[in-house]
Amino acid sequence: MTARSRFLPGGWLSVYAFLYIVFLYLPVIFLPIFSINTAPTPKFPLTGYTLQWYEDLPHTPALLDAAWNSLIVGVSASVLATVLGILAARSITRYRYPGRRAINGLIMAPLVLPEVIVAISMLLVMLQLGLSLSLFTVVLGHVLVCIPYSMTVLTSGFEGFDRSLEEASADLGESAFGTFRRVTLPMVAPAIISSLLVCFTISLDEFIIAFFLTGTEATLPIYIWGQLRFASKLPGVLALGTLLLVASFLLMTIAEILRRRAARRTQNEGGLYA
Amino acid sequence: MTAAAEGSPPLRMTRARRNALLQSEPVQGFVLISPTFLYALILLVLPILVVIAHSFWTQHYLTIDRTFTLENYRIALTEPIYRDLLWRSLYISLTVSLFTVLLAYPIAYFISFHGGRHKSLWLFLITIPFWTSYLLRVMSWKVILGYNGVLNSGLMGLGIIDEPSTALLYNSSAVIITLTHAWAAFAILPIFVSLEKVDRTLVEAATDLGDGPLRSFLRVTLPLSAPGIISAALIVMIPTVGDYVTPKLVGGKDGVMIANAIQAQFGKAANWPLGAALSVTTMLIVSLMAGATVLIIRTLQRMAR
Repeated sequence: MTARSRFLPGGWLSVYAFLYIVFLYLPVIFLPIFSINTAPTPKFPLTGYTLQWYEDLPHTPALLDAAWNSLIVGVSASVLATVLGILAARSITRYRYPGRRAINGLIMAPLVLPEVIVAISMLLVMLQLGLSLSLFTVVLGHVLVCIPYSMTVLTSGFEGFDRSLEEASADLGESAFGTFRRVTLPMVAPAIISSLLVCFTISLDEFIIAFFLTGTEATLPIYIWGQLRFASKLPGVLALGTLLLVASFLLMTIAEILRRRAARRTQNEGGLYA
Repeated sequence: MTAAAEGSPPLRMTRARRNALLQSEPVQGFVLISPTFLYALILLVLPILVVIAHSFWTQHYLTIDRTFTLENYRIALTEPIYRDLLWRSLYISLTVSLFTVLLAYPIAYFISFHGGRHKSLWLFLITIPFWTSYLLRVMSWKVILGYNGVLNSGLMGLGIIDEPSTALLYNSSAVIITLTHAWAAFAILPIFVSLEKVDRTLVEAATDLGDGPLRSFLRVTLPLSAPGIISAALIVMIPTVGDYVTPKLVGGKDGVMIANAIQAQFGKAANWPLGAALSVTTMLIVSLMAGATVLIIRTLQRMAR
């Protein structure tokens, strides 16, 4: 197909694409820029380079507590969501049964529901059940919102998985567990790690559900939210925000590389994009 | 399972039949998905049912009166403050979904038709900012649009304005800009997927039969990508109607949305039933709006052919 037969020549479109990428990245880039600026308010012209705001971070006990809480919540939520995701993704890609699509739809629903409504409905039930709000309730909420992402990553890793390999292993005398450990697991391991990283990133950055479901313990986004009320704390928040941005960026890049590797092993494309 | 109902066959056969049933594909598949399914039932479906139940009850200080009433819905639909917030939320979410789809379509088109070997790299570049914290992205818009912010200081530095403009932050336009930016990636992906499915030979056929590039785009590519446009619109519209962070940080008094009122009912105002009724009303109305959007796009799609 020649370029002439298409609507709009690619040239103009690539200019637009470039501008669009700038629009997507520009706001995010201001956080790192002002986090190394000496002036306490974020405005141009820049006044000078400093790492002072970063040096202050480790001397803030509330921040360290929040970071520790986020780590605990993130690890628990990503492990739980990935385990539940593995079961569901395996079931969806391997078996056919009535109600399969409806169940899948229900599991994916938190992706498109307003987060506030998901959060307050969970809050109501937890208060009714007499559960006291804590990091545990935050984990319960995060697992629910992470499962759809975990499912997406894992289905792309499981789909196109050649079942004859497992059958061959069983025929050659491996036990069911042996087949799982020596055939299935190595094939899907990159997808599983990718799911863990994606879920951890989501939990690390998630605010609304944590905001409603936590008791007195803050996670990092809740800590940031609290600091936003004080204009004088802004540079510290910008520095912390930059670190979070870098963390998310690295985790997602690794997750994407692993997901692609998993997809290539099972000769399947798509995943997060499909 | 059903064996018992069929009289009393020999025990061994019952067991064999049960084993066969347990080993059948549908049952195995269902057993495998049941933990995840149960989790979603208990933490999503049950809570939503509890919210719906609460919306018909009344709060008396610390206790809840469980006699059926529609009073909360009357308040939600007729009290000017809630009616206004609801309308504004719907207006903002509709505008945001329109903008995101319009801005996203050319990008999705570009990647699908001109992306070449770098399609997945382009998609990766576009999705990366979306994976960073939503709170931080809203915060950066506050930094940009603020009184002493990037835009004001930049425009003053260039000599375009003399004093900082207050019109940039704390209104519904700031909310719309921020949300449009935040949901951009979500709109590109479904449109891209549906453009990938467009049979390229159909476009060629239209060109060979004498349609110009614009006509073949309007009559072939655009209608065929309608499913992607529909899912993009819905995937942006439904969550944004209940956004809490953006109106709170950049909305000011003019940009308050319904989610802020819902949160207040569960927090300071402590009127859970009213908060529940506001949530249910919002979900119902946004579903109606989503349904209408689907119908309109489908009709346009039929007319284009």
